[in-house]
Amino acid sequence: MPDKTLDAKGLNCPLPILRTKKMLNEVPAGGTLEVLATDPGSVADMASFCRTTGNELVESTKDGDVFRFLIKHTG
Amino acid sequence: MTEGNGTVTNGAPNQKSMTIIVTKGTLDWAYPPFILATTAAAMGVNTTMFFTFYGLPLLLKKLDLKISPLGNPAMKMPMMGMHMAMPNWVATIPGVDSGATGMMKNMIKKKGVASIDELRDMALEAEVKMIACQMTMDLFEYKEEDMIEGMTLGGAATYLEQALKSDVNLFV
Repeated sequence: MPDKTLDAKGLNCPLPILRTKKMLNEVPAGGTLEVLATDPGSVADMASFCRTTGNELVESTKDGDVFRFLIKHTG
Repeated sequence: MTEGNGTVTNGAPNQKSMTIIVTKGTLDWAYPPFILATTAAAMGVNTTMFFTFYGLPLLLKKLDLKISPLGNPAMKMPMMGMHMAMPNWVATIPGVDSGATGMMKNMIKKKGVASIDELRDMALEAEVKMIACQMTMDLFEYKEEDMIEGMTLGGAATYLEQALKSDVNLFV
């Protein structure tokens, strides 16, 4: 189970990233954040965000129209 | 950090930094600088925005942003499954600008795109530094009390001092 879940469905660039960053602050170091989004651009963006900030993108999957990201707070 | 006298200092020595010169203040052109600034800040980048000429009104407390289809053949609005650009002779008719602005604002809301007000608030919250061009303030007679709190005043040298030590410098 992730420590927190962010519902970013229906939001467009750059809101999924901005909300992710904000909610990561509430996740303890080493904890995980689950992000749900419908913006297809968030697939590439979430990977870039994680690489740049040093957080670990553990999972990036798609279920129907919903993209699911699991981020480990290591940044 | 922004000091009271308008000089800008960097954060951690290895922190990346970016500056954006913002020169356009229409509803459409306000997006690129604010999207990039908020995202950069979220990615840990020390970000500075310098508002000059027609970009300066983006620092007014009360935003009243508009678009104009006049002279913009690339502005093709989705309509009835197609994309339609507006001929210039139509765009000159009174009321067309406010109609097009209303359409754009509806699309923004419908597609889950943030408003410029929201993005600006998030940029301020993320400590993006906003510098208002003093010369433009004088030229167009803007008063400091009409501008948002949290911005500082500065000129070309203030901007350049920060730009010279930044990793990314953009002109929008």
